[in-house]
Amino acid sequence: MIHSKKIIRTVETQTLLRVEDLALEFRTRSGTVQALDQVSFSLAMGETVGLVGESGSGKSVLALAILGILDRAAEVTKGAIALQGIDLLKIPRAELRQKRGKEMAMIFQNPRVALNPIRQVGKQLEDVLAVHQRGPKQGRRDRALALLSQVRIPDPERRYHAYPYELSGGMCQRVMIALALAANPKVLIADEPTTGLDVTTQAAVMGLIRDLGQQGEMGTILITHDLDLAAQYCDRLLVMHAGHIVEAAPTAQILRQPCHPYTTKLIAATPDPHKTLGELLPIAGHLPDLRGDLPPCRFRSRCDRPLPECDRPPLIRQTITPGHTVACHHPLTPEVQP
Amino acid sequence: MTDLTPPPLLAVQNLRKYFPTQRQNPFQRNAAPHLLHAVDDVSFTLEAGESVGLVGESGCGKSTLVRLLTRLLDPTGGAIRFEGKDLAQIPARRFARHPLRSHIQLVFQDPHDSLNPRHTAFDTIAAPLCQLGGFQPSALLKARVAELAELVGLPEPLLSRFPHQLSGGQKARVGIARAIALHPKLLILDEPTSALDVSVQAVILQLLADLQARLGMSYLFVSHDLNVVRLLCDRIIVMYLGQIIEMGPTAAIFDHPRHPYTQALIAAIPDPTQPPQALQLQGEPRSPIDPAPQVCRLYGRCPQGVAQCQEAMPLLAPMGEQHWAACHFSGQSFTHSHSAG
Repeated sequence: MIHSKKIIRTVETQTLLRVEDLALEFRTRSGTVQALDQVSFSLAMGETVGLVGESGSGKSVLALAILGILDRAAEVTKGAIALQGIDLLKIPRAELRQKRGKEMAMIFQNPRVALNPIRQVGKQLEDVLAVHQRGPKQGRRDRALALLSQVRIPDPERRYHAYPYELSGGMCQRVMIALALAANPKVLIADEPTTGLDVTTQAAVMGLIRDLGQQGEMGTILITHDLDLAAQYCDRLLVMHAGHIVEAAPTAQILRQPCHPYTTKLIAATPDPHKTLGELLPIAGHLPDLRGDLPPCRFRSRCDRPLPECDRPPLIRQTITPGHTVACHHPLTPEVQP
Repeated sequence: MTDLTPPPLLAVQNLRKYFPTQRQNPFQRNAAPHLLHAVDDVSFTLEAGESVGLVGESGCGKSTLVRLLTRLLDPTGGAIRFEGKDLAQIPARRFARHPLRSHIQLVFQDPHDSLNPRHTAFDTIAAPLCQLGGFQPSALLKARVAELAELVGLPEPLLSRFPHQLSGGQKARVGIARAIALHPKLLILDEPTSALDVSVQAVILQLLADLQARLGMSYLFVSHDLNVVRLLCDRIIVMYLGQIIEMGPTAAIFDHPRHPYTQALIAAIPDPTQPPQALQLQGEPRSPIDPAPQVCRLYGRCPQGVAQCQEAMPLLAPMGEQHWAACHFSGQSFTHSHSAG
């Protein structure tokens, strides 16, 4: 019920982040890796968008590209990343640094690695606040304590002085979330926030991210390879394969009627409470090598039903229903509106 | 109990492992050290050809139990009877060359980290054969390695590659081939698919099921992904803070969990067809360091939590066929009391 209400709301509200026709390459000694290609999507206020796909499909690269924290070998060759109408690729670095952390923030995959091991977690929070907020030191301390209790860390006064090694995995992840939320960002990117956490902690952390997203004026991008998890917490899903967004649709729609062959295969390979081992269908083949010449449809070599036109550019994007697009010549549905 | 039946493949009795932690006061050198109860009085059996899942949150003692069973650690107390012989008596240092070692093999969590980066896939698979199997570098060894590679679905040309030249799924296959090289009777799998993509995970799970059917091994499958455990295991053991709190057949555990912790675990599995449920457990686990022996380990986090739970530690009690749970209230259903509160 909550879900359907939120979807309607996202249609009405303004766009927060828009990525348009983004192409990104890595220049390496062994050739140019076309990590992202023709990536377009938007994120609205109050919305949670899930990025799903295998490792190597470009999910994290897209997140890092939005924040502008990619390695120097990466080069955006085409496209735009607009945060509230401002193209992040065109503004000076200093200005981007101001926006990073303040307007967009990221929850990293492994909190134990991402946190400073030799600094108390409260101090780390204050460091972020010192960059983005002017004011007295005591104010920062109070704000840090408030953040720790906001992410439901019990006894924040005591945990303020804790080092990351003294906290459990779930607690570290909460500190990570508090760090990301310190400056009230508008865009929150959570990169596999619950990998390595057990189901009960995962539910607690995801519930927290969802609640905070709904309270604040914020849009959330959730990167995960756990389709079930994405299905539970996201309003819309973007399925990535080899640097392309192959399908984008509201969550319920994509699960009920997946149109891209890759999405169907991804769903068939995911264990869920209603499947037996025999019903689990592995995806044949590998991601294509992203160096060198690539066919217009990068799923071509793994597809069960390729057509001759699949080898001819450009990659066709079709709209199934409003809000549901698929990058395939003949999607798995009879009623296609080209 | 009965003398007629043969002993189970593995019988663990009252197994304990306590780790001493740092003394609080450096001036009290003679004070007893605080003990972290990593594995506390764990007993279970595993029959030949059976696969048992071991689940629990991180820090509950799963990995310590695995290390005790594979005799990488010396237990504080208790017995590990493998085909009737007590392995707990053999010091961990001596077990490396013990003939029983080849019967218990381990597949590690991360296929990237558990392979020697300077060994080719061939070297890795051949190592246990040379160390424990009495093989000499020969055509026979080559044939055996090739046979193993075929068994796990690793194309033969890949045998000359180093780990960095293999994909995640291929590395997982090398790790499995190495573990089954000596025809172990018990294969312990420590989160074998947690580092893999769903697409590869499905292949590896099916490979493991197929290998078990062909080679008749027993599996102890450690994981925190309940969806994966459910696919592969006949029985499930649930651990919480060093103790077994529930064990039973997979269907019984999933359909009628009796312990409140198991119920919370099952309820927390993401189900795409349902909106997320409210979490049934609040707060953090109790400290495993010097836990009070009479207090239930879940006390403080449990939705039940009455005075009785502080006064008497609940023991594993039979709930049904092969189904035990350690809770004062496991005879009752929790669902309505939960919705009322």
